[in-house]
Order: sequence, then C-alpha cells, then structure tokens
Amino acid sequence: MTTLELVQIALYLGLLIVCTPLLGGYMARVFGGERTWLTPMLRPAENAIYRLVGVRADEEQSWKQYAWSLVLFNVAGFVLLFVLQVAQHGLPLNPAGLPNVEPLLAFNTATSFVTNTNWQAYGGETTMSYLTQMIGLNVQNFVSAASGVAVVIAMTRGLARRQASAIGSFWVDLVRCVLYVFLPLCLIFALVLVSQGVIQNFNAYTQATTLTGESQLLPQGPAASQIAIKQLGTNGGGFFNVNSAHPFENPTPLTNFLEMLTILLIPAALTYTYGMMVGSKRQGWVIFTAMLALFLIGLVVMLASEYGAMGAMEGKETRFGIANSILWGAATTSASNGSVNAMHSSFSPLAGGIALLNIMLGEVIFGGVGAGLYGMLIFAILTVFIAGLMVGRTPEYLGKKVESWEIKMAILAVLLPSACILLFAALASVTDAGLSSRANAGPHGLSEILYAFASGAGNNGSAFAGLNANTPFYNGLLGIAMWIGRFGVIVPALAIAGSMARKKVAPPSSGTFPTDGGMFVALLMAVIVIVGALTFFPALSLGPIVEQLLLNSGRVF
Amino acid sequence: MLRQLRISIVMLIVLTLVTGVLYPLTVTLAAQVAFPESANGSLVQRGADVVGSALIGQVTYALTEDGDINNLDAIAPYFWGRPSAVNDMLGSSADAPGSSGASNYASTNARLAQLVTQREAAFRAANDVPDTIAIPSEMIYASGSGLDPHISPEAARLQIDRVAAVRGLERTTVVRLVEQYVEAPQWGIFGQPRVNVLLLNLALDQLQ
Repeated sequence: MTTLELVQIALYLGLLIVCTPLLGGYMARVFGGERTWLTPMLRPAENAIYRLVGVRADEEQSWKQYAWSLVLFNVAGFVLLFVLQVAQHGLPLNPAGLPNVEPLLAFNTATSFVTNTNWQAYGGETTMSYLTQMIGLNVQNFVSAASGVAVVIAMTRGLARRQASAIGSFWVDLVRCVLYVFLPLCLIFALVLVSQGVIQNFNAYTQATTLTGESQLLPQGPAASQIAIKQLGTNGGGFFNVNSAHPFENPTPLTNFLEMLTILLIPAALTYTYGMMVGSKRQGWVIFTAMLALFLIGLVVMLASEYGAMGAMEGKETRFGIANSILWGAATTSASNGSVNAMHSSFSPLAGGIALLNIMLGEVIFGGVGAGLYGMLIFAILTVFIAGLMVGRTPEYLGKKVESWEIKMAILAVLLPSACILLFAALASVTDAGLSSRANAGPHGLSEILYAFASGAGNNGSAFAGLNANTPFYNGLLGIAMWIGRFGVIVPALAIAGSMARKKVAPPSSGTFPTDGGMFVALLMAVIVIVGALTFFPALSLGPIVEQLLLNSGRVF
Repeated sequence: MLRQLRISIVMLIVLTLVTGVLYPLTVTLAAQVAFPESANGSLVQRGADVVGSALIGQVTYALTEDGDINNLDAIAPYFWGRPSAVNDMLGSSADAPGSSGASNYASTNARLAQLVTQREAAFRAANDVPDTIAIPSEMIYASGSGLDPHISPEAARLQIDRVAAVRGLERTTVVRLVEQYVEAPQWGIFGQPRVNVLLLNLALDQLQ
C-alpha cells in the first residue's frame, strides 16, 4: 500500500466521524418536529402532502398501527413496481424498446427494491426502461430507505419515552425523512456527480464508431439522480449492470470517494440522532464506536488479504486501484448497501469472506439506513440480557427493564434472517436448480450460493455475481429471503419499541450495568461476533476459508 | 385498516410524483444547463462523427481460441486498454447495447489462470517486452466494468515501442505524448495515476 492510499482511507474515516454529529443532530431536530434551516422552505410542502393524503402531523400510532401502516405502504409499493415492470414495453419513456420483464424476475426485483435490498438479477441498461427506473426503482430507493429510518426513529422513541402507548406516526416520519433528509442531500450530490461525468439525460442510446472502425453503443439515461439516492439510502441497485464500476456511474476517483462516503453517512449519523433522542449523546457514540471498531477490523483483514494476492486487479477498475476497491467493498457490505465498484467474486478468498461475514453479522456494522441501527439496538438488548445473566441481575437498557417479550422479539429478529441464509443455501447446495447456477467450481461455488442468500436475507444486494441468479429457483427463493430478512426484523423491532415505550424508568443503582462505556462496547462487539461465528463458522469454513487455504497451496479448479 | 390502505395508496402516488418525477426532472434540468457535456455522456467527436465517450474504454486486445491477438493489424497502431470480459458485447447490436460486465472469476478459477498466462504471452510478444520486466496487473486482468477507459502509466509506456514502430514515429515523440497524458491522482489525493487510452489514441491520430 502507498502512503497516498493510507491518506485516502484516513480522510474517509475522518470525514465520516466529522459528519456524524452534524447530520445526526440535524436529523434529530427533523424527526423531533423542531425547526431547521430548511423548515421555511419545506414545511408548506410537508403540510400539503399531509392534507392530500389525509393524515395529521400530530396523530400518533401504537406499534401495531405503525407496523401495519409500514407494511401496507410497502406492499402497495411492491404492486406498483411489479406492474410497471411487466408492462413497460407498452409504457412511455422506453427509447431502447426494452420488452416487458418476466413475472418472476419482476417479483424478485420489486421485492428487492421494496425491502431496500436492491439485488440485481437484472442488468440495468438491458432490462429496465427509463420509466421503470424513474418512477419505479427510483421511488423505492427513496421510500424503502425512508421506511428503514422511520423504524429506527420509532424504536428510539420507544426506548426514550416513559409509560407511553404511541411511538410516533409512520406517515410523518416517512414524509420528513424524504423531504428533509434525502431530497436536499440527493439534489446536491446528484449535481456533483454530473459535474464529474455521471450521465443525466433522456436521450436514446448513442451510436459511436470507434477508432478502429467498430460500432459501439453508448447507454444513456437519468443515472445521476438515481445513483445519489442509491448510495445515500443504502440501496445499491445500479443504473447499469456493473453498478458503480461502470464509468458512467462512477467516473472519477472523486465520485468514488463521495459515493463511498455516502454509503455510511446516514447510518453513522443516525447513531448520533439516537443519542440526542434518548437524551444521552454517549449512548449514541458508544454504538458508533462498536460499529467503527468492527468495520476497521474487517477492513484491515480485507486489505491485508488483497495486497497479498496475485492478480488483484481482476474485476477492479484502474482509476480506483486496490485500496479504494477494498474500502468500498468493506463499506458496502457493512452497510447493507450492496453497490459495488469492483467484483467481490474476484476478491481474494479471505477478502471476499470478510465481505460475506460483514453481511452475515446481521448488517449492523453501520448497516442499512435505519436498519443497521435497529439491528444494533436489538443486539444491545441481547447484550444487556447476557450481561444480566452473568451477574444474576434483571437486565436494564436506558433505565428500563428488559423482560421476556423483548428478548423473544430480539431472538426472533436475529434468528429469522440467519435461518433463511443457512436453510436456503443448504437447499440450493443439494438441488440441481441451485447448483447449476454456479459460475466457479470448487469451494468458491459454495461461497457464491452462501453470498446470494446472505445478501438477500441481509437486504444487502451485492453478489458474487458469477452466480446466474436470474432463474426461477433463485428469483423465487431469494425474493422470499428478502421479505423475511426485512420484515422479520422490522416487526420485532417495532414490537420491542411498543413494549419498551410503556415501561417506567428506574433510577440507576449500583447493580445497573452501564451501557455508555468501553465495557459495553466490548461486550456488544463480542455478542455480535459470537452469535455470527456460532451460526456461520461451519459454512464459512467450507467456503472462503478452505478456498484461501487451497489457493495458498496452489490449487485451482 | 381500510383507512391505512387508502393512505398508503395516496401517499405512494404523492411520493412517486415527488421522488420519481419532480426530483429526476429537476436534476436533469439543472444538469443540462450547468454541465451539458458530462450530463450527455462526455462524448468525443471527430468532425461530425461520435467516436466514443471519454469515459468508456474501446480499443483493447482480445485473444482468439489459440491465444493469438484478434484483429492485430487494426489495433497495432493504437495503445490498448485493459482486457474486457464483455469485449464481444461492445455495441454489437441495438439489442445488446454497450453492456457492462465482468468475468467474476474466483482467484482459484483455472480458466482465469489460463487466460492470464495467454494474455501475458501475447502482450509480451506483441510489445516485445522481455521477461525481466513485469507486466502491470491491470493489463492482463479484466476490469470490473468491462469498459475501463484507463491503464496505468507503466502499461502505456510498455506499448510505446510498438506504437512508434507501426506508425513510423520517433520514439521520443510518442514518449512525450504519453507523459503528457498521464493523469495524476485527482486533486493530488484521490485514486491512482492513470492514462486515458482513448484520449491518448486520439492525440496520436492527430499527430499525423
């Protein structure tokens, strides 16, 4: 590694830390309904939307109502996106004349965008019309991300409030997230991207004749506006097939840096928002520290592995080089973003294995917008429970007793995605339909399958993309994994929010385990790693670990 | 429940208008006014003809089944970009538009090892590079997009002798041109030093 590359990584982490309180504090004011500098401009629009839709800003919901609203809204989004795809040939804004999307692929893609997974079984420029991309995929990029943020805000209220029955209004949280957080950031970011070369137009594809006289068809389209929210909303579904490795999607090292920063920006900032909303910034920084530490451990292992590998440029772009490809890989798998600027399948086995592990740990290392933090809070509850068991005290979190209902819900949220990954990958490993999609032989074939289901259930969306995922088997099963991985965590998280909101706060006593110090950070990290390791170590050892060992001894397949 | 369903549908329509119509149209309008060239694909023209995009790679070397370089006569006067896993897909027809793609080969894939050995041999032979000089990794391993417009300065320098010989140019002229087209890391910080192959090749053509 060169000094310059180390400087880039240091700059990245430094900016992330600096932005966290700035954006986090702003978001706390937004979701608290307080005045911000954008309020004069946006409040009229916000109120107009409430009037049109027929909700009141001060009408709050119980956790069940909140969950119902969220699920219904997401199902409606799914239906719209599905219909747009299967009918796109007859709809306008389709200059390339792309045909209707097959129903199973459309099911998979609609699920994938509604659940904030953004798995690409399709190739952007060869499958989706401009209309489908704009009012279908693009809209879900916004609202699925906003749904995630809404859930964590509701969960935070549940932890912060005392003897309350309501946890906020889904509709208000959704609208505020889109209007005050996503849109302003996206407008600025999209224009910066265009200034660097990301395309933004409605032209037909351009026919060029190359220097050697061959014809080359250059894709066009409204890419920048979609890429901005794709990164900021930890969506990750590319405008083009190869995602942010495509020069039109990520043309310069500067766009690469900014696209990487925006992967972790909101998930990191939400930890600060959380701290503000529960009345103790330390509680937020403690979570941030645990996330950052896990992120750095993974990053260092990945860098070490990749720089030790031969042929490290396979699947990477010259303008990014190895360090920026690995940094992106670590960020996108930690956050459930799933965009890529290099092909994870061609990473050295250990680097690819860490990417896979980042996803398997539950997408809580920063994680998806909102999703990462509510996942982390679930682990925090498990941590105080385990700490309580060790010393024989009733576990408490933020002064509230953690009881059997919360633990049941937390366990459900941890087990559902994990079970999905292992059971579905096992099914794929013993059926022809599952095995025939592999692109690489040997242990890497198993890694491809494991990665696919981890990515689906973890709502990540990146892939060991050799695997041919556009088959009925994978389109169907991965779609199911995404639904379970998304709502199998959201509903328990809201259930915890609802029951915690009702509780009283007891003043801390000498027996209270403090959750705002280094000991808690260490325990929280240990719980995440132990749960992940116990669940996935056998599978990982048959995939990336054995592959790295075989590679070291010179075996190829 | 019914009320929530109705709210869901109206909310979806409203937010679709805001984020799916208003937002991309605003960005498009602003982009077309402020940065028309980059918003439309950074197209490179020679006269009235579009020869490509400054961001999309084009002249590269691909191997035949036997490991020979495909179409060597046509590409010999130019600097070559990186191998592309979708070489054959590049703008072959309107049904398969300049599609992007990568090999996704694992490091333990035997086919990758074989391809790289063949590419290295072919590149050494065509450019007369002795075994004592290492070939930069990106020149023999395929890119992530299949459309990588750049190579490292070292990879460009290795091709200078061939290009100068085929074109009958002074070596020093070509050396000067290559060095002129070496881009430093952006703002001195971001990314890697690199050479844009299409822009270099266009400048080469303009020399004559």
